[in-house]
Amino acid sequence: MSLHLLLEYLTSKDFLRGAALTLLLTVVSLGFGMLIGLVLALLQGTRSRVAKTFTFFYLWLFRGTPVLFQIIFIYNVLPSFGIRFSAFVCAVLALSLNEGAFMSEIFRSGLHAVKQGQRTAGFALGMTRAKVFRHIVVPQALRVVLPPIGNQMIGMLKLSALVSVIAVQELLLVADQAASANFRYLEALSAAGIYYLALTTLFMVLQGWMERSLDSKRKSSTRRMSFAERLLGTSQPLVR
Amino acid sequence: MSTGASPPLLKIHRIDKSYGSTRILKSCSLEVAPRETIVIVGPSGSGKSTLLRCINLLETVDAGNILFDGRDLTRERKAEHLVRQQIGMVFQNFELFSHLSAVENIMLAPMTVSGVSRHDAHDLAMVLLSKVRLRERADAYPDELSGGQQQRVAIARALAMKPKVMLYDEPTSALDPEMVSEVLDVMAELSAEGMTSLVVTHEMGFARRAADKIVFMDAGEVILTETSEQFFSGTTHERARRFLDQILH
Repeated sequence: MSLHLLLEYLTSKDFLRGAALTLLLTVVSLGFGMLIGLVLALLQGTRSRVAKTFTFFYLWLFRGTPVLFQIIFIYNVLPSFGIRFSAFVCAVLALSLNEGAFMSEIFRSGLHAVKQGQRTAGFALGMTRAKVFRHIVVPQALRVVLPPIGNQMIGMLKLSALVSVIAVQELLLVADQAASANFRYLEALSAAGIYYLALTTLFMVLQGWMERSLDSKRKSSTRRMSFAERLLGTSQPLVR
Repeated sequence: MSTGASPPLLKIHRIDKSYGSTRILKSCSLEVAPRETIVIVGPSGSGKSTLLRCINLLETVDAGNILFDGRDLTRERKAEHLVRQQIGMVFQNFELFSHLSAVENIMLAPMTVSGVSRHDAHDLAMVLLSKVRLRERADAYPDELSGGQQQRVAIARALAMKPKVMLYDEPTSALDPEMVSEVLDVMAELSAEGMTSLVVTHEMGFARRAADKIVFMDAGEVILTETSEQFFSGTTHERARRFLDQILH
């Protein structure tokens, strides 16, 4: 293995651009996915039969088919209906729609974890539904959904490699193309792997930081954590 | 303690409430004068808690009127949050907001509902915490407080909205016996200071000490309304006396 070539790949514009595109795909799809998930979770909480049927159908469809299928379907079938998007938009669309289905289940469990009595106590103080949601439900639900959302973040990063099939120049496709020019697969894939691991580490640190900032005011439960603990995300406060 | 002569602050007139085919409240009537403390007793399932929840519109009544401070609350469905700002409620399970410290629990409603500044809300909360003798536990979170302490914070939280009446829904039923009195003491003090209170409880000691009137409910009906003296000096009502004998062993 040539360290020189590895270093060259790591610092090359193509790889950097590929990694940036992977990060962008992940963050944007995750953002839209969370938005879709939140709407679906709230729809499931309503009494409307139409809303419930719709969310059931949505979850059934997007959890029941492979993401790869969804990506290829959107990219190849939509144009035949006259709907034309760039490959990047198709990638974001497919990843977001898929992510929304999983996010909605996470948000639903988060909303469910806030006991009805907590809402009632808010109402009894004269708070409106919106204020109860904003000041009581969201902060409590956030604590529940943050760890699984961290999982989804990392999952999405890796899922984004699938969009190489529709020629979006993300990290894996860049590595594959670089290697196919000179057959130096070890170096090219190692470079891509290092970028993936770096991004994953970034997400883990971010998640740990968010979880701790939610708990930051709780002096009694804050304890010093080792770097390994932070990386592994075992930052749950000890049961008192 | 009230003189009993002033016009009622709260007047419940023949309210009905059903869940499906089960009638929970049957034509219940009740009058509460300003500064008066009324204790509602009765076997479980007699509709006591539902009656309280109807008053601050957590439940809708099927028929009847609730007159509070000159307004008919049964017509205030659109502005129910405004009504509730004037009615404090304390729950059996405390229901302190688990993500907020004791002082933040008390500050939340004044800040978000009344628009009080963080600074003023904090001052108010500390005064109220002193009142319930928990000033030194201001920064503790609910799961770091004992049940009795949590309930006292919950009382302070309700008082922060400066309610005209306090509703207590079995405030000591979920407490260990040794913590009951610290909560009842706070409630009795508030009553003595003239806070209009409606208390659903099985604590007859409290009723004897703090209540002006006792209301006995059974199977969704208000069976009896008597002054505390009448009730404890041997009520003549057969069913009420049997109930009293049962819970006093």
